[in-house]
Amino acid sequence: MTATTPTTATATPVQENRKTRRFGMVINLDSCTGCGACMMSCAVENNCAPAKEKITDRTGITLMRVFPVNDRKPMPVRQAGFVPMPCMQCEHPPCETVCPQQAVELDKLSGIVDQMPQRCFGCRYCMAACPYHARYFNWSDPEWPAGMELTLNPAVAPRMRGVVEKCDFCHGRLHLAEDQAALEGNDDYTYTPACVEACPTQAIVFGDLNDEDSEVSQLAKDPHTFRFLAKLGTEPKVFYHSDHEWVRRLAERDMNGRPPANEGKEA
Amino acid sequence: MASTMTKPAAIAIAAPEKKWIVRGHERCSTGKFMAWMTPWIGLLGLGLYATYLCFRYGLGETHLDNRFGFGLWIFLDLAVIALGAGAFFSGFLLYILKWKEIKAVINSAVVLGFLCYSGAVAVLAVDVGQPLRAWFTFWHPNTHSMLTEVTFCITCYLIVLSIEYLPILLKNRKLKQIPSFLVFEWELHKLMPVFAGIGVFLSFFHQGSLGGLFGVMRGRPFAFREGFSIWPTTFFLFVLSAAAVGPSFIILTTKLVEKITGKRLVKEDIYKTLAKTTGVLLTVYVALKSLDTLLWLNSTSVRAGVAPWEFYEFRPFGHATLFTEIVIFGMVPALLLLSRRLRERPGLITLGAGLACMGVVFNRFVMTIQTLALPTLSFDEFMLYLPNWVEYAVFGGVIAYAVIVYSLSYRYLNLFPQEADLQLAPKEVNNVPVR
Repeated sequence: MTATTPTTATATPVQENRKTRRFGMVINLDSCTGCGACMMSCAVENNCAPAKEKITDRTGITLMRVFPVNDRKPMPVRQAGFVPMPCMQCEHPPCETVCPQQAVELDKLSGIVDQMPQRCFGCRYCMAACPYHARYFNWSDPEWPAGMELTLNPAVAPRMRGVVEKCDFCHGRLHLAEDQAALEGNDDYTYTPACVEACPTQAIVFGDLNDEDSEVSQLAKDPHTFRFLAKLGTEPKVFYHSDHEWVRRLAERDMNGRPPANEGKEA
Repeated sequence: MASTMTKPAAIAIAAPEKKWIVRGHERCSTGKFMAWMTPWIGLLGLGLYATYLCFRYGLGETHLDNRFGFGLWIFLDLAVIALGAGAFFSGFLLYILKWKEIKAVINSAVVLGFLCYSGAVAVLAVDVGQPLRAWFTFWHPNTHSMLTEVTFCITCYLIVLSIEYLPILLKNRKLKQIPSFLVFEWELHKLMPVFAGIGVFLSFFHQGSLGGLFGVMRGRPFAFREGFSIWPTTFFLFVLSAAAVGPSFIILTTKLVEKITGKRLVKEDIYKTLAKTTGVLLTVYVALKSLDTLLWLNSTSVRAGVAPWEFYEFRPFGHATLFTEIVIFGMVPALLLLSRRLRERPGLITLGAGLACMGVVFNRFVMTIQTLALPTLSFDEFMLYLPNWVEYAVFGGVIAYAVIVYSLSYRYLNLFPQEADLQLAPKEVNNVPVR
């Protein structure tokens, strides 16, 4: 018996003379206060339409989402925290191989899992395949109240109804950085996604995981750094850091021997 | 109702309509037929209205959400496609294995298959967010996706089923008066084994790929299975379960039509043949499914970071779910249909066939809904999903479409070739001739 091997055959070929990067994040959960600034800045940066009256937390678009968590001990000894979850930008994305029309692509140049809403026909198979619930569907037409269209970011195309979208590490900012580097005739660039910029406690560190000297690479190797659902073999490029053991135990479904519980809402 | 439909009411068929009805077939009056069709036409209208709402305002009109991207529609689509397997499997038995007795139900099976597949495709067109982009799958196919394979095969097989439907349609008493139709039908009929062969090939693959759809989801330990080469075990289990219940669905539908019309349409022997086929295949399926379940629960899902048997700690999907699927809807019908002694009792054949069909529907429900309801992250919550009226109405519309087309086909076409002979033969009740 052999496991079905993940494949990235649909990924773009790497151009020989271009530097390949693997953009990733380390989120320090001990610093996160759950303020939601990352969620807000993400929505504004990426032209997510304001939620309509009918939209619920199960039908809204939150490309970055903060989940409340706790150690499941009774009050008052209970400890609580927050887990901000963008797309994990998996090295073996389970969403990529399932898409029937190649609307999902792992970009070998940046390591980012790209979503092409123009090609998506809204079958939602990728949403079912993603264990991190990082994919969102446009359940109705996006609408901006009169005057609010002035807040739209010209670097990012709004998505239409009926297609799936997700965090792509602010591709608008990435493209601007790439364009700038091209103008300057070099391939040496980096950039900062909106959530990283907005976090008041600087809990999110972003950078190129291929660069051994970068802060993100160093932090990713820290013994207190972990990834969610690592046993699934998806190889996320979003890492989490905490000095608290109970937080690190949240990484796996089986909680390293502790009985699993189901009380996300109680946090 | 049944008895009233067969009595001299047939005289009340309008004269022009009579010319369309197969010679030797007794049919109810035009008025009665219209009364039967009216509620279904109403349901179809409701379904079309719900479809309009989805197309006009988006899928926000349903209760689907980001966690339940697949819901009632995908579950029922999978179920309907599995039940529609009766068409390809009886084609396989008749044209490839040369089981001549299958001829008695093949026409009905083809019509049912066509209705199941076309209905499923119609629901899919509402279910996807941008149906006008469906052709992208053919233009930019991702050859690694099981859904690409499903799309290609279902499209091709629907074309094959339409071609298989044509000779049945062209054999209509009125239509066959047109000489070119008759010639076309005759030529088409000669090619039927070829189409049946293509249909079998396509069906085996897409039934399998529908199972593979779930089996390859590495991110969902409840659905993920290991397997052979690129195919997870669900690929083989879906093929086998669809082939097993296909004959049972033909038994159920034929018996239902007999009950509604109050006529004998096939000889009793065909039920026994079909029941035995389901019995044998279902036994093999249950054995393999049990083995697969043990491997998955104790090995595959544990390596994915899930505590053994944790899946069944979330109500309402307790251990009873697994027991129901494998024992009540698997072992029990397999036993009922496998035993020659039990097959002698028509009531038990109906019960066995009913349980087998419910089993495949339940399996597709579990694979679709339970997979999505179960949490994946440690701080996730178990989520419930209840479809709203729009979802029910769209599917109700498809059921209505199927009933309408089947009723018309039954009335004007020769769905059961033995019907005319059986009407002339002395009536038998429980195999005892009645004078």
